[in-house]
Amino acid sequence: MSLTYLKNGESLTVNTKKCTGCGICLEVCPHNVFEMSGKKVSIGERAACMECGACSLNCPAGAIAVGSGVGCAAAVYSSLIKGKKDGEVCCGPDVSCDDEKQSGNSGCCC
Amino acid sequence: MDKEIDNKVEWISRLYSAGSLTIPIVRSDLTAADIRGGWMARWGLKRMKFKVEPGLYGIGNPREDSPVIVTANYKLTFDKVRSDLAGLDVFILVLDTKGINVWCAAGKGTFGTEELAKRILLSKLDKVINHKTLIVPQLGAVGVSAHEVKKRSGFTVKYGPVRSEDIKEYINSGYKKTAAMRKVTFTFKERVVLIPVEIMVLFKKALLPLFGAAILLAILEARGISVQTITGAAKNIAGVTGALISGSVLVPLLLPYIPLRSFGLKGALLGALWGAVFTLLTGFSLINLAVWLLLIIPISAFLGLNFTGSSTFTSLAGVKLEVKIATPLIIISLILGVSLKAIAAFGII
Repeated sequence: MSLTYLKNGESLTVNTKKCTGCGICLEVCPHNVFEMSGKKVSIGERAACMECGACSLNCPAGAIAVGSGVGCAAAVYSSLIKGKKDGEVCCGPDVSCDDEKQSGNSGCCC
Repeated sequence: MDKEIDNKVEWISRLYSAGSLTIPIVRSDLTAADIRGGWMARWGLKRMKFKVEPGLYGIGNPREDSPVIVTANYKLTFDKVRSDLAGLDVFILVLDTKGINVWCAAGKGTFGTEELAKRILLSKLDKVINHKTLIVPQLGAVGVSAHEVKKRSGFTVKYGPVRSEDIKEYINSGYKKTAAMRKVTFTFKERVVLIPVEIMVLFKKALLPLFGAAILLAILEARGISVQTITGAAKNIAGVTGALISGSVLVPLLLPYIPLRSFGLKGALLGALWGAVFTLLTGFSLINLAVWLLLIIPISAFLGLNFTGSSTFTSLAGVKLEVKIATPLIIISLILGVSLKAIAAFGII
């Protein structure tokens, strides 16, 4: 029984023409979404997909597309308040979480 | 590493020389200080300071052909990994994730292709080992592109297990992952450890305003300061505290058993239950029931929704939908609840 959630997996697509059957998506998926159908990959459990993006990032053939992001309400609120792109996380490679005022928090959004 | 290594650090046992490079060999046993630091981090205390210097470390007696395990510089992560690798002879390449764990950092991009390629260069890894393989935690794949890393650094990324406790078996079985090693779970134990930090953030940000509002409402209802104010305030605070517990403790604990997929609705359901119980306990009337439901449900719903950030299976799309729908409802419900309570206090109803 896979824990599922709203809208999970809705944006996930696999372009079977581009798929080379290397299987790396099966290797990196945290929720066993994919399965091998012969020499190509297919989506087995769409509802389990949390759209983390590991598959599309690691597909060397560019055969997978997904609307990836971090499913964290605090990050969504934070990005709305700071006027960033919808859902963009509050701190990343360009922002420091080392601020003294952050060190008292539980830390950024995670 | 070009900077001075503080080998008075308790968890470094000795220094290993590879040519002109000095690599700290770390202990696998955790000291009382390590464990205490871990506990404090779990409670959100000095959490952002709980990190280690990025760079190359070793366990046991690593040699040029030893495997390299990549991890984040959050000390809680680093400590878990080094303790799970006890008995092995390996290198640990610690990335600068600004003290954030692997999966969150990968989601943000800090545990990513860029930082991995950079750290390989900075640590002069190619001078230390005679092979080109890196074992990267599977959850790092959200930020690391294996084929990109290969292009940029010549190193091959092998995605190891999700949990560091499986690394030993992974290596000993010839880098084979079982289905279980690949799957992320969200067990009761895994949910429980996330509760303290939720409570502490709550404590710091919301307790004062919520309890303050509870007391102000009591003053309003009692038309001033009297014994009635105190009992009224106690009642209000009890009601609010129940809502806080319902959303920040019960939702995590009972997550898979509460119906509906929406985390906000899970919080709302538990909040409604508490609201009904609380009303029965403090004097039932339809007005009282309405007031408590209107105040407790949004608090519990908001906290439930907030738990999405600690969960392991929520998509951004679903969270955005929840935030869009829940936020106005939460605000309206609170306003209605406070208004109704104030109107009832003036005896109009």
